[in-house]
Amino acid sequence: MDFVLSLWDYTSGRGEQVGAALAEHLLYVISVVGLASVVAIGIAIATRHNVFARELALAVASVFLTIPSLALFTIFIPLVGLGFAPSFIALFLYAILPILRNTVTGLDGVDPSVMESAKGMGLTRTEVLVRIQLPLAWPVILAGIRIATMLTVGIAAIATLVAGGGLGDFIKSGLARLPLPNSLEAIWLGTLLSLILAFAIDMALKLVKNVTISRGIR
Amino acid sequence: MSDDVLIRLENVTKKYGDTPDAAVNNLTLEVRRGEVLVLVGPSGCGKSTTLRLINRLIEPTSGTLYLNGEDVTNINPSMLRRKIGYVIQQVGLFPHRTIAENIATVPKLLNWDKKKIAERVDELLDLVGMDPEVYRDRYPKELSGGQAQRVGVARALAADPDVLLMDEPFGAIDPITRDRLQNEFLRLQQDLKKTIVFVTHDIDEAIKMGNRIAILREQSEIAQLDTPEAILADPADEFVENFLGSGAILKSLTLMKIADTELHQVPVFKAPVMRDKAIETLQDSEDSTSILLDADDKPLRWLDLAALNRTSQPIEKSGRPISVDLQPEDTLQDALTAMLQSSVGLAAVTDRKGKYLGCCTIESLAKLLVEQGAGK
Repeated sequence: MDFVLSLWDYTSGRGEQVGAALAEHLLYVISVVGLASVVAIGIAIATRHNVFARELALAVASVFLTIPSLALFTIFIPLVGLGFAPSFIALFLYAILPILRNTVTGLDGVDPSVMESAKGMGLTRTEVLVRIQLPLAWPVILAGIRIATMLTVGIAAIATLVAGGGLGDFIKSGLARLPLPNSLEAIWLGTLLSLILAFAIDMALKLVKNVTISRGIR
Repeated sequence: MSDDVLIRLENVTKKYGDTPDAAVNNLTLEVRRGEVLVLVGPSGCGKSTTLRLINRLIEPTSGTLYLNGEDVTNINPSMLRRKIGYVIQQVGLFPHRTIAENIATVPKLLNWDKKKIAERVDELLDLVGMDPEVYRDRYPKELSGGQAQRVGVARALAADPDVLLMDEPFGAIDPITRDRLQNEFLRLQQDLKKTIVFVTHDIDEAIKMGNRIAILREQSEIAQLDTPEAILADPADEFVENFLGSGAILKSLTLMKIADTELHQVPVFKAPVMRDKAIETLQDSEDSTSILLDADDKPLRWLDLAALNRTSQPIEKSGRPISVDLQPEDTLQDALTAMLQSSVGLAAVTDRKGKYLGCCTIESLAKLLVEQGAGK
């Protein structure tokens, strides 16, 4: 109980700092997931008739995800310096795989008879993609975007190590000052805010899902 | 090329990769305007491939495709397909689109205006026997298999194409519904007069649906191409004979309509019936059974003497009920089934409104079959 009170004290004295860190964190999530979605869905579409290119893209995206995050955030510093840029690149590379994987699965999963009848009625390849395949694959693609979002919220905490800001700032400062007063409070604050942010974004995506998925395939 | 040929495949061959045997080997086939041509054959004979060559879902390795006298082998395939309706066994409705949107697919591609599309959708739903008010805004997952295929047919007819390609359209539907859909489809075709190429592996379906039948063997080679009557009467070779199987005479029953036979008139009574008078009439007639009609001349019950003599029950409840609804355009096979079910060896025939016309008898059926046989 004492700890909860002291966590509250610690937080309420730092409203501005909390707001700034949340905003930085949110900016990472939105920009990273936004660009990764465009790129990953684009790759999946571009390679949909080419098994080799598709498998290659998936393999490369998988490799990104296996690089330890501590390393991935730092190896771009010589190229782009400290701060937002190296963090953005690292998070972007991580977010590709879930979206790419799900888009490929979703496009592949469209009932062949639906594709056959669409083609048979005279839809062009582009029309089949835009009017049939993408809408039908959308629930699966959106699930991939949600995974990528959650992943980004969690890993964005590492950005603080390359001076990239975000909620990781609280955790880092707490870690540095352990076991001094307010150090544990800082770590908890950063963690809880991450969870709350993740939850809020997830709710928002659920809303997107309900609005954008046809009643016929819900 | 004569005027009445709408589709012509000329020396068409389809080879896949390096396989030595072609899937379709040097096929020349003409489909006449307004006919139902059925392609039938054992599985793997290339009948579906042949069908898909017509709308170029499969591109021929060599050969020429003519539609309405025009060489369409090299035109934009999407533009060609918009002029050809296509119905497949798995239907392939778009699950994320409503029934109305599904049917509107091709008209939308052709940029019809919204009002015209909406009217056309309702018209088509009516045509395939589905209430537009009820089904327009539903999604495919809410339909039964039979309903889905009705929508599939409506969707294929949407832009009023001259040609309809149907790949085992009723193959995945339960036998009772299939029979009904086939009959409805034949009735529809009488009015629409589309040029239809219909693929099936079921010879009975082929005989029932086709104006002409092409029996195919491997590599889509035509073993025999003729009217169902001619093929049943005179199979070209052993392959065709085997494919037809036994019971060719029974099969020919599906080709003949009740209207082809002479209807037999048994005594009929209309409520209210005077019992004594009815018994007298029936005793005087050659028949052992009479029919009770309702006020609208709709046949209700079979009445024999025993039923008329049973005074413990009102006449309206005596005898056996007439449950089967037969009309002159139904086949003799339907009539035979009804006779066997009725237990009096008769089948009552009505007009479309249900008004009694007469009875089909085993004798009239046998007579017709003998005449057919003698005519050969």
